[in-house]
Amino acid sequence: MTSGSRHYGARTGMENTMKTVLLISALASVLIVLLIFVFTMKEAMPAFREIGIREMLSGRVWRPGNDQFGILAMIAGSGLVTLGAVALGVPLALGTAIFLSEIAPRWISGIVRPSLELLAGIPSVVYGLFGMVVLVPLVRAIPAPGNVGFGLLSASIVLAVMVLPTIANVSEFAIRSVPKGFREGSMALGATKWETIARVIVPAARPGIISAVVLGLGRALGETIAMIMVIGNSVVIPAALNGNPLTIFLSRARTLTGNIAVEISYATGVHESALFATGVVLFILIMLVNTSARYLLQSSISRGGK
Amino acid sequence: MTTGNKTAAIFGLALMAGFSACGEGQGNGNQQVSGPVEISVVGSTTVQPLAELLSEAYEAVDPNVMITVSGGGSSVGVKSASDRSADIGMASREIKDSETADCPQIVVHTIAYDGIAIVAGHDVDVNNITMEQAGDIFSGAITDWSELGGASGVITVVSREEGSGTRAAFEELVLGEEALITENAILQPSNGAVRTTVSGAPGAIAYISFGYLDDSTKPMMINGVLPSAETVSTGEYPVFRPLNMVTYGEPVGAAAQWLDFIKGEDGQAIVAAEGYLPVN
Amino acid sequence: MAFSLLWLTGALSVLIMLFVVGYIMIQGLPGINVEFFTTSPRGGLSGDGGIFSTIVTTFYMVVVTLAVATPLGVGAAIYLTEYSENAESIIVRKLVSAARFGVETLAGVPSIIFGLFGYALFVSALNLGFSIASASLAGACLIIPVIIRTTEEALKSVPVSYREGSLSLGATRWETVWKVVLPSAFPGISTGILLSAGRIVSETAIFFVTLGGSYRVPHSLLSGGRTMALHVYYLAMETRAFDKAMSTAAVLVALIVLMNLSINIITSRISARSR
Repeated sequence: MTSGSRHYGARTGMENTMKTVLLISALASVLIVLLIFVFTMKEAMPAFREIGIREMLSGRVWRPGNDQFGILAMIAGSGLVTLGAVALGVPLALGTAIFLSEIAPRWISGIVRPSLELLAGIPSVVYGLFGMVVLVPLVRAIPAPGNVGFGLLSASIVLAVMVLPTIANVSEFAIRSVPKGFREGSMALGATKWETIARVIVPAARPGIISAVVLGLGRALGETIAMIMVIGNSVVIPAALNGNPLTIFLSRARTLTGNIAVEISYATGVHESALFATGVVLFILIMLVNTSARYLLQSSISRGGK
Repeated sequence: MTTGNKTAAIFGLALMAGFSACGEGQGNGNQQVSGPVEISVVGSTTVQPLAELLSEAYEAVDPNVMITVSGGGSSVGVKSASDRSADIGMASREIKDSETADCPQIVVHTIAYDGIAIVAGHDVDVNNITMEQAGDIFSGAITDWSELGGASGVITVVSREEGSGTRAAFEELVLGEEALITENAILQPSNGAVRTTVSGAPGAIAYISFGYLDDSTKPMMINGVLPSAETVSTGEYPVFRPLNMVTYGEPVGAAAQWLDFIKGEDGQAIVAAEGYLPVN
Repeated sequence: MAFSLLWLTGALSVLIMLFVVGYIMIQGLPGINVEFFTTSPRGGLSGDGGIFSTIVTTFYMVVVTLAVATPLGVGAAIYLTEYSENAESIIVRKLVSAARFGVETLAGVPSIIFGLFGYALFVSALNLGFSIASASLAGACLIIPVIIRTTEEALKSVPVSYREGSLSLGATRWETVWKVVLPSAFPGISTGILLSAGRIVSETAIFFVTLGGSYRVPHSLLSGGRTMALHVYYLAMETRAFDKAMSTAAVLVALIVLMNLSINIITSRISARSR
């Protein structure tokens, strides 16, 4: 201990300093979460106080000019468009995930996987632009009274494409995590490849797949810009346009995220506070969704480890 | 070159170097004042395009000035002027009493009058409606074009979002005290988006600021009067509102000069060219 | 039969990508020329002009946001990976689990909430106004979780033997981190930085409420502006210049492709090295 001992004091000092500095950095993320929570709640409090949480959550009418701040229509809008996105996107994502992990030869995966990555990287405003220019006129062609193309269907399609990479990615991970023994055991018992996939692997990967879907759900709930460009932003609880109940998807709607983005520019006073309150509702909703996704993923990993 | 921290430090240095280089490039070499004079303008997205054109025109005359125009909405505009975070605020409506009460030093400069036109898509065969019918259409009382004498088809109302100065003015002037814009209306966050929606959607009708009139949509006559600068100035066309710029106290320096420019001949010529009404 | 269905889904994913990207490129590429990159957008409603100022704003946004977020994120990850196992006091342990909880939560918050928060805190309360400063502070909050996560992954993949060897030679923990672990983890860390840069380039909602939307070239941290993504939004919503919107979108997509490629190259180098 010759050359080091001369600087030992300085080096220890450096060590301790850096330890503290790094600890502070680690706390930065906690600080940010706290700040976000505190500030958003602070701005939202006037609305909660003056309007009341129950009024907001159950009110069907949103007319700030009339002091009416019900966000039920937005909750319905967010819920329905996410449902549509999941209905369209999950079969495709799951199929692609199974395809990539079980069936595709390597050179094909080399094409499909980068395609998914590319889809994941496209900015949401570009998806919105694409939706406005291509999808809305296409949906407009469906004959139904009052259908102008803007609405849940266009938005669901856009959203489905946006969450497709996330769901496919995590599902593939879950499927790959299924131990080799399952596959080999099943084949040894005489099952065909398809039977193995359908009856053994997918059920084994189910918690992971569910967590993938829930993760995609979380992403879908948080999407803003693409939604306000194609969904119509009408403050109505979506309803079927004619006798056919499926036409509910041709109805216009407004999402919780869209509520904030569209009106934040011009809001003052209680109106502005109500928008922050919408943010709080959204935040809680997504936290619930993400926590359950994480929980499901943990249980799938621990199961797969056996 | 070992760690992310070093990279960050290099980023920071490059940034500072970049910014200082930019700053020097802006001002003229032989200026006594270091760098250009800046005016920050914040507020209504309706006034924003007009303000941008006026700023370009003024900067051509006085290259020493740099005017930055941002959006944010009429309310943000008034608030920014009140708390002096911006030099000038833009509002596409009258200043509210509550806003004057909050900040009595606010000075309002009306730079133009903007008519609000009712437009429809080219597929609509109705050309003329009464003021009362207009109110009924937008409040949802009339839902089909056949009720107005046109071919049968659902009327799709397109509107601005709540809180928009354009919408507030329209509601007050056309719908009156009682009626409200129907909840089935497609809401878009800007005049431009409203216009684009109307031009594409079948059976659509909307209201937009005069500055956005073009041949992608068809202007509706109200009681036989076509919306235009002339008919507003003669009083025949009743739907219009002031476009305001707001300052904290009387404006000074470059801001005052720009406002004089806007209210003067050159500025008002631009106002008229864009389809708005000059202040006189 | 079922197999052909699965092949179909794989093909469908690729087809969708080709359709979306192809449409944007076909519509957008004709409008792109040198002038498009060197002129700024004009004021008013015409949508004339190019995207020069938006490129500059995007660049500044990436640099400033990363400058703020990277030290914090990398530092946090280093602490969580290298220092927290042998934490002495209960307080520190609690703080560490709070930190992890913070990262997980932040990762799920939608960007519009970051925008709202940025507007309330940086634009209004701290009076920074619509500016690069406000926007990049809000953006930093958005990407710190990404940097923490990827840096932690990178640090964890450094073999324990590296650390043990260094420590047994008498180095302090910090010296080990600075001179041994970090250089080895550098490719992984730069992947995280590139990912975050891509995120900043693509984001719209969060900058919509914090940047202000001026079409000028920003000249200081307190200037507002618009990024390329914001420009696409303004073009689509305010003007009728959908061709310019498509061209800007095409440039954006090309930029993202380049970033993805770089990430892939770095990742394959990492895995090549570990073999």
